Amino acid sequence: MRFGVVVFPGTWSDCDFHYVISEVLHQPVRYVWHRERELGQLDCVILPGGFSYGDYLRAGAVGGRSPVVEALREFVAGGGLVLGSCNGFQILCEAGLLPGVLTRNECLQYRCQSSHLVVENVDTPFTRGFRPGQVLTMPISHGEGKYYADAETLVRLKQQNLIVFRYAEADGRVTKASNPNGSLDNIAGIVNPEGRVLGMMPHPERASETAMGGTDGLLMFQSLLGTLVEDGTFLKR
Amino acid sequence: MKARVLVRLKPGIMDVQGAAVKRALAGLGFSELNDLRVGKVIDIDLDGATPGEARGRVGEMCRQLLANPILEEYTIETVDDLAPREAAR
Repeated sequence: MRFGVVVFPGTWSDCDFHYVISEVLHQPVRYVWHRERELGQLDCVILPGGFSYGDYLRAGAVGGRSPVVEALREFVAGGGLVLGSCNGFQILCEAGLLPGVLTRNECLQYRCQSSHLVVENVDTPFTRGFRPGQVLTMPISHGEGKYYADAETLVRLKQQNLIVFRYAEADGRVTKASNPNGSLDNIAGIVNPEGRVLGMMPHPERASETAMGGTDGLLMFQSLLGTLVEDGTFLKR
Repeated sequence: MKARVLVRLKPGIMDVQGAAVKRALAGLGFSELNDLRVGKVIDIDLDGATPGEARGRVGEMCRQLLANPILEEYTIETVDDLAPREAAR
């Protein structure tokens, strides 16, 4: 599976994603500069975390209008896979590739901590290796991760089963205390109706080796590869 | 042509920044504050346009980038509105 990792001025998780894909998964990967418009040879494009264009105006606002994101629309229309994490999620929302918006954490603090996520939707190429209700541990690191959408959008997200991850306790209960940023309905990650574009605030690339403290993030990449391999070897269900 | 865009959070959207500033002002003794909300001012100087055209172009800028319609609303003032205020300085 050929991966592309997009680099904006101010991106900071690009090297981490590149490392996991090349050194842990042994898959071909290249960096994609934010001015590039040619994504044709790639199967999956990653929008990593960071502060694209300094997050000026609003988090992800300028990044969401960059040449590479314009090219991403065509890439998505052609069935390409897109994973946006942290700033990448903010960019996908600002670009309108996912509904809603990420805004300032309710606590006003930058939250850099481990978080528990409950898996709500396993019918996506990114999560097919998980069990429904499985609890994952992944780091979060953001100041503007409070997911917000209007009531109509929230109903649609629920009806179409587009909520993929929610912040939860270690036992999977979704509580106010486990919500690190005030996100609507504890939403930590959503997918588009076609299941090809996933946005999430947590960092799977920072939970992809035992030495990092956990490998729950790696399962997402392995889920992705399963869609190409189709041999089911790593699938647990 | 000069234009000024005011971007505000929509009514009903929680403004955590405004709440923090309000608390800080209350700490300074401004206890009469009922509400405080923080917005953005964007000053724009654009080429050869009448106030009407400028309004149209700036409105398009707001829709495409300057404001996020999910959270924010905006108002546009052009040089006609701004001139008396600038002159009064």
